[in-house]
Amino acid sequence: MTGMAGNTITGTGEKQQTLLGADELILNMGPQHPSTHGVLRVKLKLDGERVIASECMIGYLHRGVEKIAEHRSYQQFAPYVDRMDYVAAVSNGLGYCEAIEKLLMVEAPPRARVIRTILTELQRIASHLLWLGTHALDIGALTPLFYCFREREEILKIFEKYCGARLTTHAFRIGGLQYEAYDTLEKDVERFCQAFEPRIKDYEDLLTQNRIWLGRTKGVGILKAADAIALGATGPVLRASGVKWDIRKAMPYAAYDQYKFEIPVGTTGDTYDRYMVRMEEMRQSRLICLQAIENIPTGPIMARVGKVLKPPPGEVYHSIEAPKGELGYYVISDGTVQPYRVRIRPPSFVNLQSFDHMVKGHLVADVVAIIGTLDIVLGEVDR
Amino acid sequence: MADEPKEQQPSGVPAGDKPAASSAPTSTPPAKAPAAAPPAAAPPKPAAPPPPKPPVQLQTPLNNELVGRVRAKFATALLEAIEDRKQAILTVECGRLAEVAQYLRDEERFDLLSDLTALDWPKREKRFDVVLNLYSLAKNERLRVKARAGDGDEVPSVAGVWPTANWLEREAFDMFGILFAGHPNLARILLPDDWQGYPLRKDYDIIEQDTSWVKENLGLESGQ
Repeated sequence: MTGMAGNTITGTGEKQQTLLGADELILNMGPQHPSTHGVLRVKLKLDGERVIASECMIGYLHRGVEKIAEHRSYQQFAPYVDRMDYVAAVSNGLGYCEAIEKLLMVEAPPRARVIRTILTELQRIASHLLWLGTHALDIGALTPLFYCFREREEILKIFEKYCGARLTTHAFRIGGLQYEAYDTLEKDVERFCQAFEPRIKDYEDLLTQNRIWLGRTKGVGILKAADAIALGATGPVLRASGVKWDIRKAMPYAAYDQYKFEIPVGTTGDTYDRYMVRMEEMRQSRLICLQAIENIPTGPIMARVGKVLKPPPGEVYHSIEAPKGELGYYVISDGTVQPYRVRIRPPSFVNLQSFDHMVKGHLVADVVAIIGTLDIVLGEVDR
Repeated sequence: MADEPKEQQPSGVPAGDKPAASSAPTSTPPAKAPAAAPPAAAPPKPAAPPPPKPPVQLQTPLNNELVGRVRAKFATALLEAIEDRKQAILTVECGRLAEVAQYLRDEERFDLLSDLTALDWPKREKRFDVVLNLYSLAKNERLRVKARAGDGDEVPSVAGVWPTANWLEREAFDMFGILFAGHPNLARILLPDDWQGYPLRKDYDIIEQDTSWVKENLGLESGQ
C-alpha cells in the first residue's frame, strides 16, 4: 500500500512538476468537460494514449457547507444537506435527520421510519438510473439515457406528490416527517415497482451482453478488495471488489432491519462488476419498496421534539448507506441551538481518491469510463 | 474530550454574546463601586442554571477489553477512554498517533478509516482535536480516536497506515491549518492555493471575509 499514499505526480505547485520525457504529455481535462459530471478537473500525464499519472483538482463547487452549519440552527441546516449530493437529496436528508436524532436521543416513530425507507430506496433507484444513463452515454451508448430518465421521472413525480419538490426535496424533518403520506403513495410506488422490473431487463438487454459495452468495461479500472479498503472506498465501489459490506445490513437504521434483501457483490472490481452490482442493487431496492408498502404502520409521524432543538452537549457519528457509499455525519453539540461543528463524510470525495489508482495504465478514453463508474457528484465532493 | 462542550459552555463559545450578557448585570447596580465585587461574582450563578444540567451523564468512562489492550500496549499515551451515546472515544497522545493507528489497524483490525477531521476549541491550550473515525469490517465495530494538537504542532500523518487519509488530511490542513508530519503532499485541496486563512477555525469570521472581499474587489461597503 505504501506506493499509493501519494498521488502527486503532476504536483500541486509547479515546483513538483518533473521534467517530461520525449513521449510524455500533460493533458488537462475539465473543469468544463461534459464527461466529468460537473466541475471535476483532471490533470493527466500521458505517454502517447496511455495514462501514466493523474491528479484530480477539486473544489470548484466548494460552498463551505460545514462552516454554514455552525451559523444555522439544527433545523435551518437541514435543507443545505440536500444540496451536496443533489441527485440523492432524500438520502442526505435521512442521514442528517438521524444523526441529530441520535444526538437528541430521540427516535422517529415506526410509521415515519417506514416511509423514510420507501422514499430513500426510491431515491437510490433514481440515483442509480442517473448514473446508468450518463455512464452509458459517456461510453457511447445513447439509448439507455432516455430509458433511464423516463423511469427516473416516475420517481421524481412521487417525490413531488409527497413533498412538492423533485430534486432538493427536504423530505424529512428531525424527529420524523412533516408531511403525512399522500393517499395513493402505496399505489404509486407499487405501480412503479411493477413497471420497473421489465425495464431493468430492457437496460440489461441493451448493455450486459453488448460487445462494445463489454470491451469498454471489462478489465477497466480494476480495484482489488485490499486496495479498495485501504483507499476507504465504500458503497457499490467497495462491493464490486468483493467486500460484502452494506451499512443497511451491518448497522441497520430507519426500518431496514425489517426487510429481506441481498447485498450484491462483484469479484474482480472492474467497471463491469460495478455496473452489475448497481443493476442488482436497483432490483433489491425495488424489493425493499414492495415489502415496505405491504405494511406501513399507523400512528404518529413525528416524535416529541421541541421547536427549539438544544441537544445535550456531546458528539455523535452516524452514517448511512447512501447510493454512492458511506455518508457520515459527525455532529458536535455544545448545548446551544446551533451545532458546534458538523462534519460531513462524503462518499464521493473519498471514492474519488481511488481514481488515480484505477486509471494508471489505461487509455484516455477509459478515463471517462472510470470517472463514470465511480459515480461521483461534485456537489458532494466539494461541499 | 467529551467534557469539552461543558467547559466551553460557561466560557462562552460564540465569543460575542455571552460575555456581553454577563457584563450587563454587573453594570446595572450603579454607584456602589466597592460593592461591585460580590454582584460580579453572583451573575455567573444565574448564568449557569439555564443550560439544563443533563440528568444522565452522557459521557461515561469506558473500560472494555479493547481499552484494556490499548492501555497495556501504550500505557500513558492513552490519555482518556470514554463513551458518548454508546460510541467509544479514545484520546491518545498526539506524538504517538501514527503508532496507535498502526496498532489499531494491524492488531485490532480497524481496517477502514471512515473519516478523518478536526475540531477547533480556541479557548483550550491545545486548540485542535484531530479525529479519526475507524471501522472494523471484521468486527462490525466503530471507534473514534482523538489527538490534541496546538496551533503549529505537527501531527504524525496516518496516510502511511490508511491511504484514505491522504486527501482527508489535506482537507483538515486546508480547513484548519493543521500540519501533518510525513504527509506525502500536504497542500490545499478544496480551496485555491493562494487562499488566506483557515475557514473552519472558530476565529475565522465569515462576515469579515465578506466585507473585506467586497471592499477590495468592488470598492464599496458590503452592508452586511
